[in-house]
Amino acid sequence: MSATQFFNEMTDFGGGVRPHYEKFSDWLQTTPPQRLADKREAADALFHRGGITFAVYGEAEGTERLIPFDVIPRIIPAQEWVDMAAGLRQRVKALNAFIHDIYHDQEILKAGRIPAEQVLNNAQYRPEMKGVDVPGNIYAAIAGIDVVRAGVGEYYVLEDNLRVPSGVSYMIEDRKMMMRLFPELFAKYRVAPVEHYPDLLLDTLRAVSQKGVTNPSVVVLTPGAYNSAYFEHAFLAQQMGVELVEGRDLFVDDGHVYQRTTQGPQKVDVIYRRVDDDFLDPLAFRADSMLGVPGLLDVYREGGVTLANAIGTGVADDKSIYPYVPDMIDFYLGEKPLLNNVPTYMLRKKEDLAYTLENLGDLVVKEVHGAGGYGMLVGPASTKEEIEDFRKRILAAPEKYIAQPTLSLSACPTFVERGIAPRHIDLRPFVLSGKEVRFVPGGLTRVALKEGSLVVNSSQGGGTKDTWVLES
Amino acid sequence: MLSRTADHLFWMARYMERAENVARMLDVNYRMSLLPQSANDIERQWRAALDTMGQLERYEKGGGAYQPLEVMRFMVLDRQNSSSIYSCLRAARENAHAVRGTLTSELWETTNATWIAMRSFNQVGLEGDGASEFFEWVKFRSHLSRGVTVGTMLRDESLHFIRLGTFLERGDSTARLLDVKFHELSTSDKHDDAAEYYQWSALLRSVSAFEIFRRVYRDVITPTRVVELLTLRRDMPRSLACCMEEVYELLQRVSNHRSAETERRAGELAASLRFGRIDEIFEEGLHEYLTAFIESIADLGNQISNDFLVPVVAQPESQSQQQTL
Repeated sequence: MSATQFFNEMTDFGGGVRPHYEKFSDWLQTTPPQRLADKREAADALFHRGGITFAVYGEAEGTERLIPFDVIPRIIPAQEWVDMAAGLRQRVKALNAFIHDIYHDQEILKAGRIPAEQVLNNAQYRPEMKGVDVPGNIYAAIAGIDVVRAGVGEYYVLEDNLRVPSGVSYMIEDRKMMMRLFPELFAKYRVAPVEHYPDLLLDTLRAVSQKGVTNPSVVVLTPGAYNSAYFEHAFLAQQMGVELVEGRDLFVDDGHVYQRTTQGPQKVDVIYRRVDDDFLDPLAFRADSMLGVPGLLDVYREGGVTLANAIGTGVADDKSIYPYVPDMIDFYLGEKPLLNNVPTYMLRKKEDLAYTLENLGDLVVKEVHGAGGYGMLVGPASTKEEIEDFRKRILAAPEKYIAQPTLSLSACPTFVERGIAPRHIDLRPFVLSGKEVRFVPGGLTRVALKEGSLVVNSSQGGGTKDTWVLES
Repeated sequence: MLSRTADHLFWMARYMERAENVARMLDVNYRMSLLPQSANDIERQWRAALDTMGQLERYEKGGGAYQPLEVMRFMVLDRQNSSSIYSCLRAARENAHAVRGTLTSELWETTNATWIAMRSFNQVGLEGDGASEFFEWVKFRSHLSRGVTVGTMLRDESLHFIRLGTFLERGDSTARLLDVKFHELSTSDKHDDAAEYYQWSALLRSVSAFEIFRRVYRDVITPTRVVELLTLRRDMPRSLACCMEEVYELLQRVSNHRSAETERRAGELAASLRFGRIDEIFEEGLHEYLTAFIESIADLGNQISNDFLVPVVAQPESQSQQQTL
């Protein structure tokens, strides 16, 4: 892919510096590369000492790696963020309305806007949730919406994460690190703060407690210290000033959930759970789960406790449902979508399958239930063998895949081995839904550090950048 | 506070203290082995040290020689040896990691940085002057983590459980050290005043008590006084009396509806040390006395686990799951 084919965040297609990057570009030109290298090294040492790490699957248990941190920020002008924020708010409202609907009257299925079997036969659809009312009809209190920029600069939603989206701690740590390393930059720019995210999160969690609960007690439920995102669980619990619990710390008694404390049992009202549905309750879901709380589902269904996010949100962020989000926005809100969806071929459809098989070399193919950048094919970046290999996998079970055109993701200057070079990025804003929809400006910018790579997932060698939304 | 959190804090502190005490024990042995003495005495000392730390059988199975460097390698670096300094620092860090949100960032980073440094330490570091330097480093890191604990942690239950772990472990360790060293020094092959002086003073130094001894007694070092200092002196920070007084006081602070009996036992033990007399201890027999004390510590540890922490059962293995980023 040649340098002119993608949108560069810092420079326009003519090579000139975009206005919102001008002051940064001047600073960069007067900063010796050695200083940047030293600062990056200092950042690594600080992250290491702080144990701000990520466990990587497929490696020995307990293997902790740093997520590479890039010292060049991604800057978003004020108006762009205002527009994006409106689109995110709209999208998450529609998604929450959709989840409520499919577990109640299923109007959208009756209206034929989404094929019923697509929803009801989906492995992520939880019949246990039918007829269960959740406070405020909020199912995804915390959503991470992956947004990319392509073509001449338009934004697309690539994926909705409505189960246990992670990464927000890196957003905050990256900001702290930038302020520590380059305080002078923050004197040049008015950057919208993000460090109050835990306050908003706590507020949101308290807002979704059950009716009649005053002064709700909130906990964060983690699978434990070996989980890949454990740092984040501990970080959020600490920043909110609430307990970080594991399944074995909780038990169910007489319609309520309690935590075992040094002073005896204490009632829990809201569980910000970072444990997948399948593991939440061994009596209801996977019987071999040691991460859950026996009997939790019954208490939950009876309204004895709030789970955030709710059980059964996965059906709405499934890649096979993704193509219908614009329909949801129209159906529930009567609005036109403000953010673009990426055109998506559903390979369970004959004509889409045929088209995809003919154009594998140009498309991105993803597993419907995959996540984290595992099990996907990026056609233009793959060898013939890899493509043929994937073709066999698709033919064996076409309904398990979707395909999308390969977007030429925007790139941001990034400090790499050979100096500063453009690398592809995405953005994960975190959308909180409680009494109202709230967020901190920006989100987590992930960057594919390998030249030309479009895969930004940290499990695939991606890094992160501080994200600056400028104040107007 | 969550029982499991209290449990991790308690054990984090115990393992850190244990690492320090293993370093102290090895240091005193190493220093003593540099004194002129028979090979027989040297072997006996290392065997006794291993025995104190509960590792004699395992070491014998491994067929290791009773040479300072080899025993030290086993007690410092061996990953399979759960009492090695390596294992203690790893366990301290793992416990800290499990409750990192409860710790101040200074305390977490101190514990984590200690572990990161330990991982890059190897056998070469123990050769030459390395051993003493390394033991100093372990003590220093333990001092640092204790200082950071007291200087930064909120004075609530979390601090109390950390301190409980520290003093329970320290009391146990002082008793064990005294037991093995007293036996060894009073039964060694040769008796001359100079050698005896160096050995007792090395023991005092190993528990940072040499200067304290001088200040307290202003007199010659005798075994009886050393034992008195390390058992009954309430103002000596590593003595049994001091440790038990702290344990008793801390238990009163964290008291719950189940803990009355535990508090009573701790109080009884603290009182017996407070009002005990050294000649009575020797009449009963020091070894018998210390053995009973070590049993009481183990009993208190169990009581504390049952009343406040996670009762001792097999822990479930972690299940991994994916959280995408």
